[in-house]
Amino acid sequence: MKAADGAFAGTTPPGTLVVIGAGPAGLAAALAAAQRGVRVTVVDAAGQAGGQFYRQPAGALGARRPQALHHQWRTWERLRDGLAEQIAAGRITHLTEHHVWFVERIGRASAEQRTETEPAERGGATSGAPASGVPSGGAVHAGGVVPGRVSEGRPPASGAATPAGAASSIVPDVAASPAGPRFTVHALLGPEQEEAVAVRADAVVLATGGYEKVLPFPGWTLPGVITAGGAQAMLKGGLVLPGRTAVVAGTGPLLMPVAVGLAAAGAEVAALVESADPKAFARHAATLAAHPDKLAEGAGYAAQLLRHRVPLASRHTIVEAHGKDALEAVTIAALDTAGRVRPGTERRIPCDTLAVGHGMLPHTDLAEGLGCGVDGLNVAVDAEQRTDVPGVWAAGEATGIGGAALSLAEGHIAGRSAAARLRGSAPDPRAWAAAAKSRTKMREFAAAINAVYVPPAHWAEQLHDDTLVCRCEEVPASAVREAVEELGATDARTVKLLTRAGMGWCQGRMCSAAVAGLAGCEERSARRPFARPVPLGVLARPTDDQAEQPPST
Amino acid sequence: MNKRTPLNLARAHPGLPHTVTFDGREIPALPGRTVAATLWSAGITAWRTTRRDGEPRGVFCGIGVCFDCLVEVNGRANQRACLTPTAPGDEIRTQDGSGHGGETGEGEGR
Ligand SMILES: Cc1cc2nc3c(=O)[nH]c(=O)nc-3n(C[C@H](O)[C@H](O)[C@H](O)COP(=O)(O)OP(=O)(O)OC[C@H]3O[C@@H](n4cnc5c(N)ncnc54)[C@H](O)[C@@H]3O)c2cc1C
Ligand code: FES
Repeated sequence: MKAADGAFAGTTPPGTLVVIGAGPAGLAAALAAAQRGVRVTVVDAAGQAGGQFYRQPAGALGARRPQALHHQWRTWERLRDGLAEQIAAGRITHLTEHHVWFVERIGRASAEQRTETEPAERGGATSGAPASGVPSGGAVHAGGVVPGRVSEGRPPASGAATPAGAASSIVPDVAASPAGPRFTVHALLGPEQEEAVAVRADAVVLATGGYEKVLPFPGWTLPGVITAGGAQAMLKGGLVLPGRTAVVAGTGPLLMPVAVGLAAAGAEVAALVESADPKAFARHAATLAAHPDKLAEGAGYAAQLLRHRVPLASRHTIVEAHGKDALEAVTIAALDTAGRVRPGTERRIPCDTLAVGHGMLPHTDLAEGLGCGVDGLNVAVDAEQRTDVPGVWAAGEATGIGGAALSLAEGHIAGRSAAARLRGSAPDPRAWAAAAKSRTKMREFAAAINAVYVPPAHWAEQLHDDTLVCRCEEVPASAVREAVEELGATDARTVKLLTRAGMGWCQGRMCSAAVAGLAGCEERSARRPFARPVPLGVLARPTDDQAEQPPST
Repeated sequence: MNKRTPLNLARAHPGLPHTVTFDGREIPALPGRTVAATLWSAGITAWRTTRRDGEPRGVFCGIGVCFDCLVEVNGRANQRACLTPTAPGDEIRTQDGSGHGGETGEGEGR
């Protein structure tokens, strides 16, 4: 990326920014801010940067050609090299394997919460170094582990008060406050997620992406049935295939790269089953035609499907997955124009893997925990990607599903806006006009795509009474139907109380769309208190206690 | 040996494999792979039975969201196989129900 306009040249650093998520959105935000002199800490649950789209194989697997599993590798190289550069310059710290469960707003921070020293180590955590054993209750600074306390990610007394008039309209000035940082990002460390760590920040960018939505059907809990994105993640990250013969099914633009990826890696893809009607694209022809690059991308996937001899069954749906202890076959069927299975068109396909997905859902837990407004299922943001909580930005799929390129544009704008506002000045949106323009175009494109790729209207009719809707609590469709039809539940919350659907380990992330569909109510964000399960011991320990503990080393 | 596999496709030269056990049986594991990827590569797709119906489960979302892939690793139950890397000598066991056989290790505060 080119040199920053108004690159940081002053003597006081403009405060620290914590970016949660190292996918396309988070990396773009972190780079944009760091290139403008902001000290950034990128916090991510994964062992390596990249997020879902650019998920990398674990280093120990020694992949010399990971790009064979990827698209748009050039863009990834730019992000990766930019990140390495900023880490080397000490402007970005990348905390890997940090699972953020809550972002806390701290009011006008009390003086004793601030530390007067700054750990010397910077950028030392890029390879997940904290995993080397932080004591419980330890804390992490933007740049190093500080056992037993929370410290703020910037030198004290920086970021002197700035002209209040600089900030515009709804969001007050978020410039680094001399009273101390305003947020504590609480994370759990490592794969076991039991060590508590906390990072202080003046501002936060939420770039947590999304996860896949899967609507239930008979047999969807059988081993061998996985989400399409999950199959992709296991392939890209673990370099492993689930089985020999796969069917890819559901709806959405993700199905094509998944089918191509599986086939390229040696799986026999027996069918790509897409419920959308190709004719539906005609209704959006104008929007689609405005995106020759996207059309070319789609055509490229189609050519690869052909090359790998993957049969495409469009306007078809998965009816049932068969098997006793593991998947053995699936039944697919054609859909009529109303979105109902056409009787007599059922076809059984033997397979040991079914990769299935019905679209994506944004991760909004951290935003909701902060009190950010939500618009439908998405974190609501303004033109600068600001949420309605001062000091909190959101970018990428957390603000709406639209693909990696849109995430990049949003992240870039968020990073630039945050950098300016942390310095106490209102940014000039003309500086990111190009990104804003592609954001507008790509949101239009996403809207057209999302209108075409909708699950079959009558999917729920395929559910048997004993088909599980909630996988965690093993709640069958009959229980949900009873709650709705006999007990009069009209919203997901009541269904949850009556059936326990959504009360299990995943907190409804896997069943909320299905429950809403069966209850005939609108799908809403669930307002979960925490983004990850938290050990009680961590919850019982108040942050301030951590902060006030004397350093143990 | 030019079989199309993910490892070949990515021209991977992994570090030396180590050994882990799954329900007592030894299986080879490549460094860097998660428990889920390791079990998959050994042809194992199920490593949990559900609390109510004792139904088999394995990996579903692949990214830590669904909790379907819970497994017991070295006596600790409720580890997400899709997030947990293996270490040499790890004892991986099928998790039955809520995993009360081992130390639960997860007081989920919600
Ligand atoms: C499993 C999966 C596979 C996908 N594969 C593809 C694909 O192959 N091709 C394609 O075009 N699109 C794919 N997508 C769609 C993809 O989400 C977007 O195109 C793109 O990656 C979105 O970028 P993002 O930066 O918004 O979020 P992401 O790339 O999802 O990045 C979000 C990051 O935030 C981190 N994170 C989330 N919550 C927390 C938390 N609480 N604490 C710490 N870190 C957190 C995650 O670890 C992740 O690294 C996939 C989606 C999923 C869910
Ligand atoms: S497969 Fe969903 S949490 Fe592991």
